[in-house]
Amino acid sequence: MIPISWYLFLSAVLFSIGLFGVLVRRNAIAILLSIELMLNAVNINLVAFWRYGNTVNMAGQVFAIIVFAVAAAEVAVGLSLVYSIYRRRNTVIADELDLMKW
Amino acid sequence: MDSTQLLFLFSSFLIVSSAVNVVSSKNLIHAALWLISTLFGVAILFAILEAGFLAVVQVVVYIGAIAIMFIFAVMLTRRENLESGSQVNKSWPFALLLVVVIAAAIGSLMLKWDGMNTLPVQIAEGYDSVASLGAALISPDAFVLPFEVASVLLLAALLGSVYVAMNKK
Repeated sequence: MIPISWYLFLSAVLFSIGLFGVLVRRNAIAILLSIELMLNAVNINLVAFWRYGNTVNMAGQVFAIIVFAVAAAEVAVGLSLVYSIYRRRNTVIADELDLMKW
Repeated sequence: MDSTQLLFLFSSFLIVSSAVNVVSSKNLIHAALWLISTLFGVAILFAILEAGFLAVVQVVVYIGAIAIMFIFAVMLTRRENLESGSQVNKSWPFALLLVVVIAAAIGSLMLKWDGMNTLPVQIAEGYDSVASLGAALISPDAFVLPFEVASVLLLAALLGSVYVAMNKK
């Protein structure tokens, strides 16, 4: 039997690693990869709370499925934005994308 | 220490070590492959939590579609000088400090909660969580509205990504 704290600490660690990646990576695709890590940490929490609460109420799993859909949409739009920027400016480094910086 | 705990420790080691590699490897193809390893560890966790449908969806949607899309994007935007030079920006010590503070805050909040040692509830004999998940997704009393909104969101993302990536000449 695994107490719920194991899942919560694992997902906190995974979320922190993802947050660090989002903050420090220079490549825009690497930032999107780190966002996936953070979304997975959230999903672990949602499913763990479903399992450790009332399993007849499916809200936790349904919420996890909505997170899957949002992650797929985010990756599709994000990667096409990165590709479009790459074609126009020939870079995917986030520091160099300073078109709107005053 | 029973077998479920050993499996949990194995998959959490897999998840954390591959996640560290995702944020630290210079070669983005390697980072995407490490992401696949992380996602597989999360699928094992879903299986331990007896959410079988989500474990399958994790493998099919995340590993089969999202991770492969990342590899495509990395190959489409490849350039020689991207992998030389620093992969992290100048303010990384500040970001590391911020992440450590946030992780400590989350940890201390969790330690204050008195339900941390909750054990999983016994699932009733003959209860099929996949069938009740399907029923909950299409039942008007439950989650049919968020389900339809998610499909509209996916359609909007499909059209939006095609429009953004289109070559307008």
